[in-house]
Amino acid sequence: MPAVSKGDGMRGLAVFISDIRNCKSKEAEIKRINKELANIRSKFKGDKALDGYSKKKYVCKLLFIFLLGHDIDFGHMEAVNLLSSNKYTEKQIGYLFISVLVNSNSDLISLINNAIKNDLSSRNPTFMNLALHCIANVGSREMAEAFAAEVPRILVAGDTMDSVKQSAALCLLRLNRTSPDLVLMGEWTARVVHLLNDQHLGVVTAATSLITTLAQKSPEDFKTSVSLAVARLSRIVSSASTDLQDYTYYFVAAPWLSVKLLRLLQCYPPPEDGAIRGRLTECLETILNKAQEPPKSKKVQHSNAKNAVLFEAISLIIHHDSEPTLLVRACNQLGQFLQHRETNLRYLALESMCTLASSEFSHEAVKTHIETVINALKSERDVSVRQRAVDLLYAMCDRSNAKQIVAEMLSYLETADYSIREEIVLKVAILAEKYAVDYTWYVDTILNLIRFAGDYVSDEVWYRVIQIVINRDEVQGYAAKTVFEALQAPACHENLVKVGGYILGEFGNLIAGDSRSSPLIQFDLLHSKFHLCSVPTRALLLSAYIKFINLFPEVKGTIQEVLRSDSQLRNADVELQQRAVEYLRLSSIASTDILATVLEEMPPFPERESSILAKLKRKKGPGNLHPDLDENRKERSANGGTADHSSTTSNAKSSPLSFVGDLLAPASTAPPTNRPRPVSSSYLLQAPLTPIPPQASAVPVLLSAGPLFQVAASPTPSTDLLGLGSTITTQNSAPPASKGTSLLVDVFSENIAAFPVETPVAVGPVADENFSRFVCKNNGVLYENQLLQIGLKSEFRQNLGRMYVFFGNKTSTQFMNFAASVVCQDTLQAQLNVHAKPADPTVDGGAQLQQILNIECMSDFVDAPVLNIQFRYGGTLQNVAVKLPITLNKFFQPTEMTSQDFFQRWKQLGAPQQEVQKIFKAKHSMDTEVTKAKIMGFGAALLDGVDPNPSNFVGAGVIHTKTTQVGCLLRLEPNTQAQMYRLTLRTSRDTVSQRLCDLLSEQF
Amino acid sequence: MIGGLFIYNHKGEVLISRVYRDDIGRNAVDAFRVNVIHARQQVRSPVTNIARTSFFHVKRSNIWLAAVTKQNVNAAMVFEFLYKMCDVMASYFGKISEENIKNNFVLIYELLDEILDFGYPQNSETGSLKTFITQQGIKGQHQTKEEQSQITSQVTGQIGWRREGIKYRRNELFLDVLESVNLLMSPQGQVLSAHVSGRVVMKSYLSGMPECKFGMNDKIIIDKAGKGGVTNEAGKSDLGGGGSTSGKQSIAIDDCTFNQCVRLSKFDSERSISFIPPDGEYELMRYRTTKDIILPFRVIPLVREVGRTKLEVKVVIKSNFKPSLLAQKIEVRIPTPLNTSGVQVICMKGKAKYKASENAIVWKIKRMAGMKESQISAEIELLPTNDKKKWARPPISMNFEVPFAPSGLKVRYLKVFESKLNYSDHDVIKWVRYIGRSGIYETRC
Repeated sequence: MPAVSKGDGMRGLAVFISDIRNCKSKEAEIKRINKELANIRSKFKGDKALDGYSKKKYVCKLLFIFLLGHDIDFGHMEAVNLLSSNKYTEKQIGYLFISVLVNSNSDLISLINNAIKNDLSSRNPTFMNLALHCIANVGSREMAEAFAAEVPRILVAGDTMDSVKQSAALCLLRLNRTSPDLVLMGEWTARVVHLLNDQHLGVVTAATSLITTLAQKSPEDFKTSVSLAVARLSRIVSSASTDLQDYTYYFVAAPWLSVKLLRLLQCYPPPEDGAIRGRLTECLETILNKAQEPPKSKKVQHSNAKNAVLFEAISLIIHHDSEPTLLVRACNQLGQFLQHRETNLRYLALESMCTLASSEFSHEAVKTHIETVINALKSERDVSVRQRAVDLLYAMCDRSNAKQIVAEMLSYLETADYSIREEIVLKVAILAEKYAVDYTWYVDTILNLIRFAGDYVSDEVWYRVIQIVINRDEVQGYAAKTVFEALQAPACHENLVKVGGYILGEFGNLIAGDSRSSPLIQFDLLHSKFHLCSVPTRALLLSAYIKFINLFPEVKGTIQEVLRSDSQLRNADVELQQRAVEYLRLSSIASTDILATVLEEMPPFPERESSILAKLKRKKGPGNLHPDLDENRKERSANGGTADHSSTTSNAKSSPLSFVGDLLAPASTAPPTNRPRPVSSSYLLQAPLTPIPPQASAVPVLLSAGPLFQVAASPTPSTDLLGLGSTITTQNSAPPASKGTSLLVDVFSENIAAFPVETPVAVGPVADENFSRFVCKNNGVLYENQLLQIGLKSEFRQNLGRMYVFFGNKTSTQFMNFAASVVCQDTLQAQLNVHAKPADPTVDGGAQLQQILNIECMSDFVDAPVLNIQFRYGGTLQNVAVKLPITLNKFFQPTEMTSQDFFQRWKQLGAPQQEVQKIFKAKHSMDTEVTKAKIMGFGAALLDGVDPNPSNFVGAGVIHTKTTQVGCLLRLEPNTQAQMYRLTLRTSRDTVSQRLCDLLSEQF
Repeated sequence: MIGGLFIYNHKGEVLISRVYRDDIGRNAVDAFRVNVIHARQQVRSPVTNIARTSFFHVKRSNIWLAAVTKQNVNAAMVFEFLYKMCDVMASYFGKISEENIKNNFVLIYELLDEILDFGYPQNSETGSLKTFITQQGIKGQHQTKEEQSQITSQVTGQIGWRREGIKYRRNELFLDVLESVNLLMSPQGQVLSAHVSGRVVMKSYLSGMPECKFGMNDKIIIDKAGKGGVTNEAGKSDLGGGGSTSGKQSIAIDDCTFNQCVRLSKFDSERSISFIPPDGEYELMRYRTTKDIILPFRVIPLVREVGRTKLEVKVVIKSNFKPSLLAQKIEVRIPTPLNTSGVQVICMKGKAKYKASENAIVWKIKRMAGMKESQISAEIELLPTNDKKKWARPPISMNFEVPFAPSGLKVRYLKVFESKLNYSDHDVIKWVRYIGRSGIYETRC
């Protein structure tokens, strides 16, 4: 916008603005504006024609008033008039007003569009530019609709001026951003790509922005741009700094264009053509070389521009991830920045290195900078940079340097910023576990972790250490000794007490031989911490005590004394009280044999994804894709490379442990996460390893232990051992092969292949025990056995229906070759169409599979279709057949009608074959509300006040099939004395009456 | 209890800052400026809560007075104090303006020390304040010990508002009944809401310690007297000069407040208003009535929209009081639409002008007798706009001054007894004046 100065005239505007600025108060300003508005209104009244100059002046004033925050509701017409002026300044003010004040006003929009169209076709480059700028500034949907086709034409027309092309490209970019659906690819796309060859660098810059955006939308159309971009880039890179004249910025040749071209190239994989590839590599090398050259200027702009190109080049190199030499060079280049004075550069260098570290080629190169990074961690002043340093350390860690990095991170933890402590803790825990060669080191590390930053150690971390200690025999003794020593510190963190309590409870016997850690000393040590702990920890300690009784009969008296004390037996907390009572009774009643069985050592945990890793991912949040990417890359490199360690993380990753989804959850007690399940405290009591059905894991054990455990079955939430406790339910179903195999090996995928024999199980009888439950409802659990749970969710409308079948894998093993099909036997085939959509052939352990069935009812039917399920579990073929609860009444549409209507129709359906009556004994209690709900669930409309006897139920509805519709009336008369029902059904079709009567009578 | 008191100019600069309690920090000064004076949206509530601190403000022309507290105080008390503060300042140096405040800042601090002690309001009676806070400063050599002790005994005594030994050659008494009448009327002439808030302001120049008794046509007293079968003798000395011709004798007062000199116990038991008056000017009572209000003017609007670009407005005003009385300073404000591009006005009486800066036609009449009517007609040209919003038609408002009390209040008597000095009720010269002004007097159109 040219300055509205004295040279441009418009004295009135200058006076007005200075008046406003001189206003003492807001009120005075408003008064002045009101006066001016009235003046402008009287000028715009229309009786006398205004010349272009005054129109421009008043429109300017209006614009100024609007920008001050006042509403302007007139003057649009005058502004539109200005658009058709031939003077640049007038046209410009007109467009300015329109860009700022336009709203989707129908009559004006067409006028504006018309003016813009005129200008676009005017051949006058300034006017065309003004019009294009207006389109881009407004960028509304209406604009896009009107000009989405026009702008590309201008862009690729041969005779368009360069400056107009530039504007057109940017305008199109804007339209594509606001309404991408309206910018259609056409034959112009090919020509747009050739704009990269344009003489004018401005056009190229604008076009590159456009192409980058469009290429993300449809990569195929712009594939040719890669070679052109490479060519252009190489020309820029190889040019002398003076070649490009206007486009040289502080001795850097066209930095913006270079950055944009490099971005464009990042939309595509490395070019396949060797020549182009070579040329690109050459370019990148040149950029890296230039970075090494001494700076041509001391100015910060020079280094900024240079570094911008360099970083973009490095991210392209990382994106391609194919040229080892380049990657290493990039890494070295970044290494120099690690100690740069500029904080931003250090940050960027660390960030880029993080991604470099995950590439197999540059991983080693990154590792050479470990000292610098550790130094940065210690000496850096900016917390965000320190955060990046932590990330980088995490990324560059592998088995060779794990000990060093973990030690550094641990020592840094003491001084770390509070905001990143928890993340560091998680990272340390993961690294320690992942790269542990020696598990004593792992135990030491985690204990240190708890000691340094106990508050930031989440539950997952200490669950994990316990899981690992329990699963690995060789560290148990060491762990017991270490925690025992750690607990001797006068003040130790609660998490340490938890770990200590658990480990000593399990493995205290391993160190009991030493007189310094005799059972009594162990107990006293634990008990000295007891009173300082929160309730969940105390509960855990109580469990540890009862385990002590089993391990060391000699301290039984002491422990019973503790349990008997009022502070335990009469504790206000229900959980603690219950544990104390139960454990006391258990220890005094049960024989040593029973004690030994009940309190046996915990069995190994089944292997699964480290919950810590999941937590770290969650912490990063869904918005940050980086860690995922990081993981994937890592996996890739791991698979191609050597390490077997990463299989720990990838093992169960695709199936994060969750119980069968909420729908299938038995009695809906188990939430799908690892959160506390309402289990009795006695869950801790170990279940014997004899195979028992998994769904009955805990309860039979408790019952067998004697009547005193009846109490224990009450659902009191225990929060302590959740991550651990929840696995108990599944452990028994794991194949015995998992026992004793290495902890960190993906057991199942290999073992399945090893089973050579397939023993198909004979097709069992069709299961239909739950069938009748679905007559009156649409959702629920249809079938369940030890392996599989089938849940249903269905909806019906007229003669169509859709059923969602959920197959829940209750085991921790994958089901292979999973197939489910629906069979309609003989006559049913013509009566009912069931179409099953294909589902995945595998169901992961603990996961759920969904299959959709589409159902169409052709005519009335009696039978029900059968769902056949086949899968391979642990090498054996399993077959399950379940009757699908698709019954005639599902296609019932309720109809409301008055008493009179009802009885009229009732009489019409009086023919003897139309009526079916059944008298039967009630199977359930005769609750009115339940009956009502059942009739409604059956599908009929429940008609109140129709029957003269209020205790009778009357319903009506229409059965929809594809061929016919069958009206249907029903009447249910309960007799409470005799506990009998009489059900009468009248429909226009005898078969329907019979079938409905049979279905409904089953329900009461 | 008030924690502090600040006075700002229109720019938000602090002119006076007095902090009484420790819980109010310096940042409170800025908080008010940032959140109220410089607020992006105009703050309309007189009470603002910022960070658990309450700010009570009043604005006098360009000056902001803000009382600050962290406690849960009686807001009405605080505002009463602020208004009193304005009165006191006005009586010392006239108009409250930035310049006056700057010129008198020593005096203001002195006053603040006197009328507010640890945040508790103290004696703020101008008359008595002037005895010991003088604008020239207290001249020590002229003040005898006796006078000093007199001040002390007065300030600490039972009748803090009047000193002893006042002598006037002529015992005179001025009584003003000032009322402002508020109205909102529908276009059809239906009263939507109306109330009168009035004040009885006295100026007394009486010798000694006179005991006064004030009587008016309060409904409760009249009814009581009527029931008792005894007509009050004092009724004869009716000083009323009311403009209403309606035969109603009494008015119903909705609520009233009194100056501190009025004996409230007596008012509660006998409903009689008796007091020892302060010397000079003071406000005896304030009251509000909502029933049987005499509306001095009736506005009859007629607005006709002729097409999209023209509006015809005709407004008739009728005066509704005794023809012998004259209303003064009449001003009718007719709002115009926001897209007005031109106005033609014709009026028989007075002057009318379209004021673009206020978006209104202002019609001024100097004087108008009762039972008359006058009219104005205007043609307003409109500019077509692309806004579909209809004009909101704000109400027509009016300002005036009439020489009677629209509530119908009449002073029945004001008796003065001074037992010690030898003057009686008859010797006192009494002046009574009624002024009715418009408050918010609006008619929808």
